[in-house]
Amino acid sequence: MLELFSYGDTGWGDEILMGLATTMKLAVATLPVGMIIGFLIAFAAMSGIRAVRYVGVGYTTIMRGLPEILTLFVVYNGAGLLLNSLIKWWNPEAEGTDFSPFLAGVIALAMVFGAFAAEVIRGAYNSLDKGQIEAAAAVGMTPQQTFWRIKLPQLWRFALPGIGNLWINMLKDTALVSVIALDDLMRMTKVAVGVTKQPFTFYLVACLIYWVLCVLSEMILSRMERHANRGVRRA
Amino acid sequence: MNPIEIMVSYWPRMLDGTLMTLKLTILGALIAGAISPWLALVRSHGSLIAQTPIRIYVSFVRGTPILAQLFLVFYGSGQFRPELMELGLWNFFRDPFNCAILVFVLNSTAYQTEIMRGGIQGVNLGEIEAAKAIGMTRMTILRRVIFPHAYRIAWPALSNEIILLMKASALASVVTVFDIMGRTRQIFSKTFDFSIYLWAALIYLAITSLFVFGWHRIERRLNRHILPRNNANAVS
Repeated sequence: MLELFSYGDTGWGDEILMGLATTMKLAVATLPVGMIIGFLIAFAAMSGIRAVRYVGVGYTTIMRGLPEILTLFVVYNGAGLLLNSLIKWWNPEAEGTDFSPFLAGVIALAMVFGAFAAEVIRGAYNSLDKGQIEAAAAVGMTPQQTFWRIKLPQLWRFALPGIGNLWINMLKDTALVSVIALDDLMRMTKVAVGVTKQPFTFYLVACLIYWVLCVLSEMILSRMERHANRGVRRA
Repeated sequence: MNPIEIMVSYWPRMLDGTLMTLKLTILGALIAGAISPWLALVRSHGSLIAQTPIRIYVSFVRGTPILAQLFLVFYGSGQFRPELMELGLWNFFRDPFNCAILVFVLNSTAYQTEIMRGGIQGVNLGEIEAAKAIGMTRMTILRRVIFPHAYRIAWPALSNEIILLMKASALASVVTVFDIMGRTRQIFSKTFDFSIYLWAALIYLAITSLFVFGWHRIERRLNRHILPRNNANAVS
């Protein structure tokens, strides 16, 4: 049993670890992109210009209503077609290329993450204490100073629980990229199943690995939350 | 082909897929909805020994991708084929639709249990004491006091969960169930026309919007005794 998971040519331990590395790389690459999209969309949804506000609200509404796997296929196939037609337009003799599944995964996951993050950020922004912002203006801070010194540190505190949940959801959603031929944990498990004919054992191990990742994330997040709230007076 | 033409020639398949998505979602949500209140009761009032397996189950389901759970049940059951055949269960697990429903029920039950636990714990203790004081039996208290309150509290969160389930049902296409996503991929692989994906998105959004609208109507009905009275004409 255990030699199935050993490290080396006979076991699948190294293959599964490599898949896990791809999964982690994907999740870590998606996080900053998703946060940037989230901030942009949140500010768009709160904008004073009506057209921009509609774009922001429309984006969150649509992206949150679509299955993640549909978004992934739209990005993967759509961007692939777009890229190929661009190449054809540039150089009609060129061969068609495949859009990188890793990039498609990052873009699709970040688009979904960003839509949900925008709502979290917007909620956090609305929880900011108005009096503090007025106080900042009263002592003569510029809007930029107010943002960096008063708003952002507290935004972090209010948004952290929501963003933490989104991180865990996104970590689980990375499993979807196995469908577009990216060698993540899920796909390496599938490869191992194909050879060993032990589907239950291997998929159970994959599930357990994801479970450990999620539980670890939860533990780290609760420490981060405690740290973020260290200066808050308890009732 | 332009976007209109592709829908004109493929609408029967897309309709078929839409019905499959609705079937997966509604069946999954209903079965989970029948199980979860009882698990939530155990989770909020049961002994620690009864609570522990539910906690582990909920944590496992929430900590693993649905796709992995689907593969675990659909492909994993093959590893126990002789045993399942002996029990007469092999025909059940051979069908991808059954496996998908089983996974969605297991999944939604875990999430709904947590939501209902919140609802049950949100019921005012004074009301339960009052019900006991006038001599209601435990079942009557559940039926008349705890569940009506708990559902009122949990209602908006349950709607989120059902929308999540509807979105998750698209994963069934990976194990060859022909829902909206499955049909869309099938049509795309035949025509290479990208617009079918946009149609699929439109159908998903339409389902979500209609569902949110209907759910909100029921929510108003559940809360009709505490709605603001100022437009009495609208509430009837």
